[in-house]
Amino acid sequence: MSYAMLKQIRGIKFGLLSPDEIRKMSVMEIKTEDLYDRDGLPIKDGLMDRRLGTLEPGQRCQTCGLLWNQCPGHFGHLELAKPVYHIGHVKKIVEVLKAVCHNCHRLMIPEEKVVEYYARLERLEARRPEQIRMFVRKVVAEAAGSRTGEKALPNCPHCGVERRKIRLEKPVTIIEEKPEGDVKLYPDQVLMELTLIEDKRDVKLMGLDPEYARPEWMILTVLPVPPLVVRPSIILESGDRSEDDLTHKLVDIVRTNKKLNECVVNGSARIVIEHWWDLLQFHVATFFDNEIAGYPPTKHRSGRPLRTIAQRLKGKDGLFRGSLSGKRVDFSARTVISPDPSLTINEVGVPEHISKILTVPERVNRFNIDALREAVRRGPDDLFGANYIVRPDGRRIDLSRVKDRNEVADGLDHNYIVERHLRDGDIVLFNRQPSLHRMSIMAHIVRVLPGRTFRLNPAVCPPYNADFDGDEMNLHVPQSMEAQAEAKVLMLVQQQILSPRFGGPIIGAMQDYITGAYYLTKKGTMLTRDKLEQLLIASGVDLDRIPPPAVSKPESLWTGKQAFSVFLPADMNFEAKSNTTHKDCKQERCEYDDYVYIRSGQLLSGVIDKKAIGEGQPESLLHRLVKDYGSDVGRDFIDKAFKAFLYYLDHHGFTMTLDDVLLPADVVESIDELVREAEKKVEELIGVYGKGEMVPLPGKTLEETFEQRVMEVLTEVRDNIGNLAANHLNQESGALTMAKIGSRGNMLNLTQMAAIIGQVSVRGKRIYRGYTDRALPHFERGDKGARARGFVASSFSRGLNPIEFFFHAAGGREGLVDTAVRTSQSGYMQRRLINALQDLRVEYDQSVRTPNGMIIQYRYGEDGVDPSKSDAGKAVNVEKIVERVVTHE
Amino acid sequence: MSEKLTHQKKSQVTEPAKEIRQRITELSSELLPEPVVDRLVELLSKRSISGRRLEEVVKEAVKQYLKSQVEPGEPVGVVAAQSVGEPGTQMTLRTFHYAGVREYNVTLGLPRLIEIVDARKSPSTPSMTVWLDDRHRFTRDQAYEVAKRILQVSVKDVLDNIEIGDGYLSFYLNPEEMDKHGILLDQVIDAVRGSLGKTRSEKATVEKEDDYSFTIINEEMTRSTGYRIKDKVMSVVLKGIKGVTKVYLERTKLSQPLDGHDEEWYIITEGSDLAKVLEVDGVDRTRTTTNNIYEIYQVLGIEAARNSIIEEIMKTLHEQGLEVDVRHVSLLADWMTESGQIKPVTRTGISVGKTSVLAKAAFEVTVSHLLAAAESAETDTLEGVTESVIVGNYIPMGTGMVDLMVNLRALKNV
Repeated sequence: MSYAMLKQIRGIKFGLLSPDEIRKMSVMEIKTEDLYDRDGLPIKDGLMDRRLGTLEPGQRCQTCGLLWNQCPGHFGHLELAKPVYHIGHVKKIVEVLKAVCHNCHRLMIPEEKVVEYYARLERLEARRPEQIRMFVRKVVAEAAGSRTGEKALPNCPHCGVERRKIRLEKPVTIIEEKPEGDVKLYPDQVLMELTLIEDKRDVKLMGLDPEYARPEWMILTVLPVPPLVVRPSIILESGDRSEDDLTHKLVDIVRTNKKLNECVVNGSARIVIEHWWDLLQFHVATFFDNEIAGYPPTKHRSGRPLRTIAQRLKGKDGLFRGSLSGKRVDFSARTVISPDPSLTINEVGVPEHISKILTVPERVNRFNIDALREAVRRGPDDLFGANYIVRPDGRRIDLSRVKDRNEVADGLDHNYIVERHLRDGDIVLFNRQPSLHRMSIMAHIVRVLPGRTFRLNPAVCPPYNADFDGDEMNLHVPQSMEAQAEAKVLMLVQQQILSPRFGGPIIGAMQDYITGAYYLTKKGTMLTRDKLEQLLIASGVDLDRIPPPAVSKPESLWTGKQAFSVFLPADMNFEAKSNTTHKDCKQERCEYDDYVYIRSGQLLSGVIDKKAIGEGQPESLLHRLVKDYGSDVGRDFIDKAFKAFLYYLDHHGFTMTLDDVLLPADVVESIDELVREAEKKVEELIGVYGKGEMVPLPGKTLEETFEQRVMEVLTEVRDNIGNLAANHLNQESGALTMAKIGSRGNMLNLTQMAAIIGQVSVRGKRIYRGYTDRALPHFERGDKGARARGFVASSFSRGLNPIEFFFHAAGGREGLVDTAVRTSQSGYMQRRLINALQDLRVEYDQSVRTPNGMIIQYRYGEDGVDPSKSDAGKAVNVEKIVERVVTHE
Repeated sequence: MSEKLTHQKKSQVTEPAKEIRQRITELSSELLPEPVVDRLVELLSKRSISGRRLEEVVKEAVKQYLKSQVEPGEPVGVVAAQSVGEPGTQMTLRTFHYAGVREYNVTLGLPRLIEIVDARKSPSTPSMTVWLDDRHRFTRDQAYEVAKRILQVSVKDVLDNIEIGDGYLSFYLNPEEMDKHGILLDQVIDAVRGSLGKTRSEKATVEKEDDYSFTIINEEMTRSTGYRIKDKVMSVVLKGIKGVTKVYLERTKLSQPLDGHDEEWYIITEGSDLAKVLEVDGVDRTRTTTNNIYEIYQVLGIEAARNSIIEEIMKTLHEQGLEVDVRHVSLLADWMTESGQIKPVTRTGISVGKTSVLAKAAFEVTVSHLLAAAESAETDTLEGVTESVIVGNYIPMGTGMVDLMVNLRALKNV
């Protein structure tokens, strides 16, 4: 068996089918509309004829002799009694009729211009094929005399016959406007005229093609009947057959065609013939497209409109978007995810059950034969076994049907392929929808674990935007060695730490990692030898790296900063502000321990918090680590140091309690006082407004001005109360610490919990809707006071009264609606952006081009720098270099 | 930037800086991009540095620069689209936000981003930032003079009362407002005359009543045509730039004091007409700008439009606290302006650039693209991403871009 590529699709030619071609590619002519005989067998010459392909297992196709899953299907054809228009081409037909002389059948453009235009067309074909369509449209318009700003030639420039007027009456009636009245042009007449267009240049200038798309082929005289694989019938549980929509439509066509044929042969009255002819036109049109304006859609017995050809292609679940651009795949799995901080960020925990279903094909050679024999012996039901063997002759052996697997294992030889179970160390792709950026699919290394969920290191949640409230993720197993190698080199998680969006780390610490880091590196953290050793062992660091203790008497003690420094490269220098930065921080001499200062791999001052190791923080410690020391060092830091943070936090203890958000009674008192003052101010404003003494702000109405003033007062009071509360909260409490160091929550959350929730806004305004002139019936009509319009003076800790609760819920609801609306809007925008830009790539000369060679940028980004390799957008970190070289001095 | 500023900056360039620049250019074999060299000169000219150290710095800079280059085959388009699109999900739909001026709201956030990308002819909240020349930028009064020239004044702005009768319409103007705007009745009457149509119902005579009122007389005027004419006359622009409905004076700190001033005034407008505002006396034409990209395209050309697209997108993203590298945005802007016109990122714009039938069909309006392709007997050469996915070929990017030269016929005999 050879893997070499023998054939590759280089292009697809589109065109119209000529009647001859339709007959040639057909294996049979359809002659009857009946499908099955009384025994339920397909009728010969009917729409289900066996020669059109076979659907049932075990049967062979009567044309090609292949089995049901091999036969590609074969077209039949139906000779139409009278020609009908192809509904998709009617517009073009009318265009052609308008542009062509009905006497000499030439394009109504003077000969010299035809020569000129044709030369231009040929040039465009060679150089700018994307412009042909526009050019041709102009030529056709000129010939039809409908080009704006130009007068139509009243006569044909070739034969001098007067131009006629053509009109399309939707959907398919073509009418010639004669002085004596409108006359209908029948498809057979039009067919005749189109056939007589002979000049090949004319045909091309009309946007058609003399070889592949003759104008008359837009009218159907023979209908190709699609093979059975395109319209399979289903057998229902009840044993009844249910036919495909297309088959139903074809039955209509064949039946109508038969009637029409009878009428023609019998020489029926013109009106009768026309009736059946129109009906045939209708059926053929809806066979192609069942959503034509002017035609009622054909419906199924149940009232559901039929899904005919156009409907099958269209839309999100149509053939193009649903089956061709996006395909269903094998070797994939999906389940709920859960966290496991003991894995490295590169790993994914795969449930044992899944590992026994997903397989990797491995070719037997002298290096792996023993391992693969063992896998075969274990078989499909044991962990790290195998499911199938492919022999060199291509025969597949299903190991679940083999009686003695030992025998098969012993028979294993070079060039056999074993489809073995997924095992530790295999490379897989891991994905979470919506896949908004390239970090939504990354390669992980398999760790087979007990349980039923995929496990991942919580530090990789940000790129996937995953959490563990029931999220599910998908896993794919690359089968070829090329794919595995590519995944490992390009897509492995550690290669994706730096995001191409902003050139900073997208993987990093969140929540407890940050809290742990803070407590570990905080001033005053001291570790005894056994504590330190436990910490380092828990995070997988060699104990050789323990530095001399900071304090040696009465016992050896190490600072938390020393413990943290163990994880840093010995030559690292770094300085930056921390998240808590105090306003009079004196940089490296900061008294508040707010300035992170690292020299030669030693954290000398500063606490490590979100700014230093958090996700999405450019120019942070983590960023420098990954950028300057490579992704291996970066990954190692995340794996080990982060474990230390968690370990330290576990043993340090950390919690958040109600006490954290309770304020002393006197503070509560002054808060209430502030609220009362604010409410009084609002009352005053109402008074001023009511008396009509308010001066409107420029560009605003009186009411808008009033509302804005009130909002200002209420926002201000919340800010003031927030500051007051922040100063009186327990500074050492878990809640406040988290907000300060950036691990969870912010000051606003704390204010709302401890002191006051503040004004609830819906659509940026105070709440005013609900009842006539009031938001709730608990207030008087027209009450413009603070509380009547959604000001919530309670805090979460104190509790909300029912009215406040309602207002608060209204604000919360807006947030939900907002998110729902936004996702769909931004999703569509992104789809369009990707569709516009997806074909652009960097060439070897660093220019950015489209596949047809159009240059979009002469040098990518003007400096050729890849943002993911840049320093937060900068090509070169000049400051760093200068500092490094100069400080060496 | 005004002439004085640039002049000042030039004189600051010292001799040692020049020397260092020269050395850097030599040492780096002119590989480094300008901003990097500028920054190097800036940092190094401040301190004395030995030749060896300088060489070391430049060598390291060149090394870093070369290491950060893009790989050929990198699918930069997709990365750019994702980098601009992904933050969209994180944006708040909070449509309105203050743009420096409290009274005026501009569209921001996701709706603004969509608006830019769609290349709408006019944004939902057009606005200009009008910078002033040296004669007008330093005091509020001088700035106000320019603002008065820009602000649109129509009849309704100076109107006190209207009387509608059979066959006549009387307008009573407000003397105070007239004085404030410096408008004379004759001007108003001229403008009103010019605006009246030639149709029978509109053909009318305009007569001066006294210093602050005039009457439109037409025997055939009925009540309803009277109302129509009233509306028309009310919106007649007497002064200023049509469409500029509001102006706000703002001030900002200068980066360095100039002629003893440390702040300057500028004008923010509601409504936009760049071509006209650039003709107004007192306006600094080099800095004045608008958020209407299409206007910039018409007045200043496609390159300016490209820069404006980049700037507007970056501003929108930045305002939401989202970081996106300029390179992604500039690629998008370059794609949009590549043809010399602004090409929207919508089905019309996208299918213009695409030659592949399958790719176009896979995006939107599937059926019509297929029918058109059949009519003109097009060939899809399968060079893009979507087409390759559809037929099962390798994607022509990254590792899929390399081709092996293989004689397939010879291979068949293996």
